[in-house]
Amino acid sequence: MHELVTLRIAARALRKNKMRAALTILGVVIGIAAVTTMVSVGQSANGLVQGQFQALGTNVIVIFSGSRHGGAVHQGRGSSPTLTAGDSDAMPVDCPSVLAASPIVGAGGQVIYGNTNWPPREMVGVGTDYLTVRNWQLRHGGFFTERDITAAAKVCVIGHTIVEKLFQTTNPLGETIRINNIPFRIIGILETKGANLVGEDQDNIVMAPYTTVRKRLRGSMFNSVDVILASARSSHRMTDAESEIRQLLYERHHIPPGEPADFEVKNTTEIAKVLGIVTGTMTLLLASIAGISLVVGGVGIMNIMLVSVTERTREIGIRLAVGARGSDILWQFLIESVLLSSVGGLIGVALGISGSVGITAIINALMKGAQWPVVVSFWAAAVAMLFAGAVGVFFGFYPALRASRLDPIDALRYE
Amino acid sequence: MALIELTDVRKVYMLDEVEVHALRGVSVTIERGEYVALMGPSGSGKSTLMNTLGCLDRPTDGSYLLDGEEVTSMSRDARARLRNRQIGFVFQNFNLLARTSALENVELPLLYSPRVSSRQRRQRAIDVLRKVGLGDRMDHHPGQLSGGQQQRVAIARALVNSPSILMADEPTGNLDSRTSKEVIQILRELNGQSGITIILVTHDQDIGRNAKRTLVLKDGWIVEDTTDFSRAVGALHSHEDAPVPAPHDAVGAVYRSR
Ligand SMILES: Nc1ncnc2c1ncn2[C@@H]1O[C@H](COP(=O)(O)OP(=O)(O)OP(=O)(O)O)[C@@H](O)[C@H]1O
Ligand SMILES: [Mg+2]
Repeated sequence: MHELVTLRIAARALRKNKMRAALTILGVVIGIAAVTTMVSVGQSANGLVQGQFQALGTNVIVIFSGSRHGGAVHQGRGSSPTLTAGDSDAMPVDCPSVLAASPIVGAGGQVIYGNTNWPPREMVGVGTDYLTVRNWQLRHGGFFTERDITAAAKVCVIGHTIVEKLFQTTNPLGETIRINNIPFRIIGILETKGANLVGEDQDNIVMAPYTTVRKRLRGSMFNSVDVILASARSSHRMTDAESEIRQLLYERHHIPPGEPADFEVKNTTEIAKVLGIVTGTMTLLLASIAGISLVVGGVGIMNIMLVSVTERTREIGIRLAVGARGSDILWQFLIESVLLSSVGGLIGVALGISGSVGITAIINALMKGAQWPVVVSFWAAAVAMLFAGAVGVFFGFYPALRASRLDPIDALRYE
Repeated sequence: MALIELTDVRKVYMLDEVEVHALRGVSVTIERGEYVALMGPSGSGKSTLMNTLGCLDRPTDGSYLLDGEEVTSMSRDARARLRNRQIGFVFQNFNLLARTSALENVELPLLYSPRVSSRQRRQRAIDVLRKVGLGDRMDHHPGQLSGGQQQRVAIARALVNSPSILMADEPTGNLDSRTSKEVIQILRELNGQSGITIILVTHDQDIGRNAKRTLVLKDGWIVEDTTDFSRAVGALHSHEDAPVPAPHDAVGAVYRSR
């Protein structure tokens, strides 16, 4: 029989029972929409994480305190502060592949100028070479000197957003702001960088010497630092730089060869990759849960097709009587169920795409300034469509086979 | 060569371990262009015989040569092809597709014959519908047509593939006498003018009378095969039981019953 005609017969049969067809495909619609949305949002999250680390710079190496496989006691990353500023200072000196390094000490709090106060997104204590490590520029003023570090001077460098929020008319350079009630003199203003991929305002930042942050903001007496950020001379020398740093720290921390390290050296690409695996696994998990609803949808189609075959036994008998072969009947019902599931798939993909656009929009609205990329995974959409078709074939085959095996006389006599 | 040649055809149904002998050894030969009425009391096996002749059903035993070809050993698909090209079937209850226009109902057999374009299909369906006088009802659904009109749609459907045999199992069974006459008129014209072979099952003697030859079936046997309708009526009214000869002496049984 002509394929087009079979398709028309199937389409007509479905049109005659629109309500039922709509309800039947609902399961597949939901399943496909869920799969498409989950994969798209998952990929969006992944892109985000990757982008965030890429923003750190491709030649940046992060050194964490502690070790993940340290001794009998499993210690979390950064659990034991073992890194010092001395480690950081030694790196550019002793490691030929390292361009610059800077200790990092984090803090939080409000900045106040006059009667305005403002919470910076990032408040961080850094070393003299931090700008070199990050490849950032100053717009006005200068940066911290060795003397500022040694003296734990109450000076700071601020980003453009802080300037905008606190200083409408006055020139901020030389002005004094209060951070957690401690006065800091502004000595420099950073070049504008805009928002990063997560929508975080990179200009909403206050930096101070790490010694100042550690001593005055954190009130810590230790001389450890949270993290050391180092940069390689070029992205080709990343591996060299990493092994040099590793070797240096082994020596400086007096760790005998073979013993586990008390630090971790990671480059941003690696971190991004690990996080990518995590988000990828999450995506897969979510997609498989969504996939289950697809199977449920398929069973729904099978159920309705079985009912439909029974209801239309006489129609089948009539078709057989006028010369339809078993295979014609098989195709008719198979195409009908594939049509059902494909239409469901199509609607599901459309819903899924708008769903992922919607969800990223919601996330971006809820997280102020976040800029999750809208990833419409056409790959996921295509696979979902194929899967919908396969669901139609798989769950439609048995009912269609039953229809095709009917005996013409029995079918015609069916009441 | 005869169009239809049945030899010792038997049909046994199994109903809960009980054998029901619907046909007990039917042998008959029908030539091209004949107009045969099949009569007999209820349950005598008329429908069973018609379904066998129409390649809808397979006999339990015996041989059926249609146009010289053995049907009983054919595959399902081969029999479907015969139903599609050689045979037009008309049922008592019309058996039209509901909620489908008359035109599309008539087109149905052509959907299952290859090498018929959709334009040819439409044209041929329109032609036969006009022939049965339904040129103005082509877009009506069965539910919007009278019984007589529905049966004419069914006849048009049976004719659309220009079959060599038209089989009708009590085609007037659900019709009143006036519409029955219309239907019978159409059959007579088809046989007379187009020379199509017609086999018709009926309970109605007024309708059976139109046929040129009458077969009377009783209890799975052909008890009368005659061109003289009064003999058929006689056989129908005789109350003596059908002879029950040895199972394999079916042909002899037919002759003895004459
Ligand atoms: N599918 C079946 N299963 C079991 N027995 C059947 C079946 N079909 C027919 N029979 C039996 O076969 C015999 C002949 O039936 P058939 O339908 O051929 O009779 P008929 O002559 O057409 O009767 P009617 O004039 O009432 O239509 C009957 O005894 C009937 O009960
Ligand atoms: Mg009958």
